[in-house]
Amino acid sequence: MSEKVLMKGNEAIAEAAIRAGCRHYFGYPITPQTELAAYMAKRMPKIGGCFLQAESEIAAINMVYGVAATGKRVMTSSSSPGVSLKQEGISYIAGSDLPALIVNVQRGGPGLGGIQPSQSDYFQATKGGGHGDYHLIVLTPASVQEMADLTGLAFELADKYRMPAMLLADGTMGQMMEPVELPETEPEFVDKPWALTGTGMKREHNIVNSLYLVPEELERTNLERFERYKLIEEKEARWESFMTEDADVCVVAFGIAARVSKNAVVEARKLGIKAGLIRPITVWPFPKKPIAEAAKTCKAFVSVELSMGQMIDDINLAIGCSRPVSLCSRVGGMIPSPEEVLESIKKAAGGNE
Amino acid sequence: MVVFERPKSLAKVPMHYCPGCTHGIIHRLVAQAIDELGIEGSAIGVAPVGCAVMAYNYFTCDMIEAAHGRAPAVATGLKRSDPSKIVFTYQGDGDLASIGMAETVHAATRNENITVIFVNNAIYGMTGGQMAPTSLPGQVTQTSPYGRDVSTAGYPIKVSEMLSALDGPEFIARVAVNNVKNVKNAQKIIKKAFENQVNNKGFSLVEVVSSCPTNWGKTPSDALKWVEENMIPYYPLGIYKDKSAQKEGE
Repeated sequence: MSEKVLMKGNEAIAEAAIRAGCRHYFGYPITPQTELAAYMAKRMPKIGGCFLQAESEIAAINMVYGVAATGKRVMTSSSSPGVSLKQEGISYIAGSDLPALIVNVQRGGPGLGGIQPSQSDYFQATKGGGHGDYHLIVLTPASVQEMADLTGLAFELADKYRMPAMLLADGTMGQMMEPVELPETEPEFVDKPWALTGTGMKREHNIVNSLYLVPEELERTNLERFERYKLIEEKEARWESFMTEDADVCVVAFGIAARVSKNAVVEARKLGIKAGLIRPITVWPFPKKPIAEAAKTCKAFVSVELSMGQMIDDINLAIGCSRPVSLCSRVGGMIPSPEEVLESIKKAAGGNE
Repeated sequence: MVVFERPKSLAKVPMHYCPGCTHGIIHRLVAQAIDELGIEGSAIGVAPVGCAVMAYNYFTCDMIEAAHGRAPAVATGLKRSDPSKIVFTYQGDGDLASIGMAETVHAATRNENITVIFVNNAIYGMTGGQMAPTSLPGQVTQTSPYGRDVSTAGYPIKVSEMLSALDGPEFIARVAVNNVKNVKNAQKIIKKAFENQVNNKGFSLVEVVSSCPTNWGKTPSDALKWVEENMIPYYPLGIYKDKSAQKEGE
């Protein structure tokens, strides 16, 4: 087992990415994720890697597209306004079936918004984000340890399913320091016969492309991609359940909201309210099964979010609107306190006591 | 003895270009340079959005399709991933000088070791003939129906002159393909732009003054005449920057 070190969340992502075999990073400065780029700028030249500060977020994601096409692990990171700029490129990467990692350390919006934590890019991250029908595998860390662990997992899943993955963090996760144990195992790489490595005059040319002018062909690529998505929804949903077995009120929250909610659940139990928490670790695929399962026994759900209520739609879909789902949220860079979440739990439990 | 044949790097497929279009000539010159330098096995090309969007089908090396204007950024990724590969972009004037100007300028200023083939025909061809950043003053297009009015639409961008003002790029040249003499010179210059990359010299861009009979509303031969009489006076041909030659001369 490796030693625990004290690290900022943003730095933990960077170090974990390097340990996952990522040697190419392209980014553009934006708060609150800049430490990640700074870490890469320091480390990459020392290990034969490439750090490049691009002229824009748009250029950065297209550089990512270029490296991804060669089959190497590659990433970019940004925060909400910057991730909006990357959407065109992300759509091309998804449409060309290339693996890559995009990190979004979210801040409040819309527009220039603020620089404090937020989860209001949930729709953008989980429903596609750019043009066309596609998904990203979206992982949501709730600790600095998970910032590191999920970075490695994101690279693996991206390679396995040939699609972009996103680490959907927030300003708190990026800025906070916690002890973290970094992976020490050698990364495993998969064969990528589709990669642009030069024909070497030994094979037909490979083409990386998302243009299909014949509608039947374009339809076919979309259908094939969604067959893969179906498989991912079946196999790759991840979550943590906390005190849900006998829960009357089931809180659903991810990231920093889940940490606050956990405290509130414990406090609710002390008051005799049977509360539990489901913490999605992937928000695409969304953990529908455990939530639908919880709906069989619990009376009400509370969605705790740092947005005006985005994940709440997925909860309602997962349970077929069979139970009331209330929203407990703060926005604009504010974070709900455990007391605020507790109040929401009490209200949700109230009608039945 | 074979005196004329298709370059090996040019795929044996029908091209979609309009009759009289000079893209075919420029494709050939690129393929010929790749053949002559023996780099087909290590070359990776980046196709643009525009008339040459399907160039990925026309070259036999590995190819990638970029978003509109982003080819130099994609090429940067490809080259940084494996500097032993020979990476080139093939872009039009809307792609390179309008939507992708930032990517162009920054790839040039980083002296990114790539080769850029920039086809300037003063119009957006693929979308049916709109005003381009390089459309001439007074030029009639679908979106400048009364002629390009420089007081509202601004002046054409002289890409080669502009980029050669930067310290970064290795080689910037403008050629034309409107007659045999110019085609022969273009062949030499395009080959040099690839050779520079093989020799790790850095960013090399060749602007090729080209024609668009379809959207200019001219016969192929009149279009070539228009290149001679209107395009070349505004976009003078020549080598605008050659850092290595400069050093030798010092």
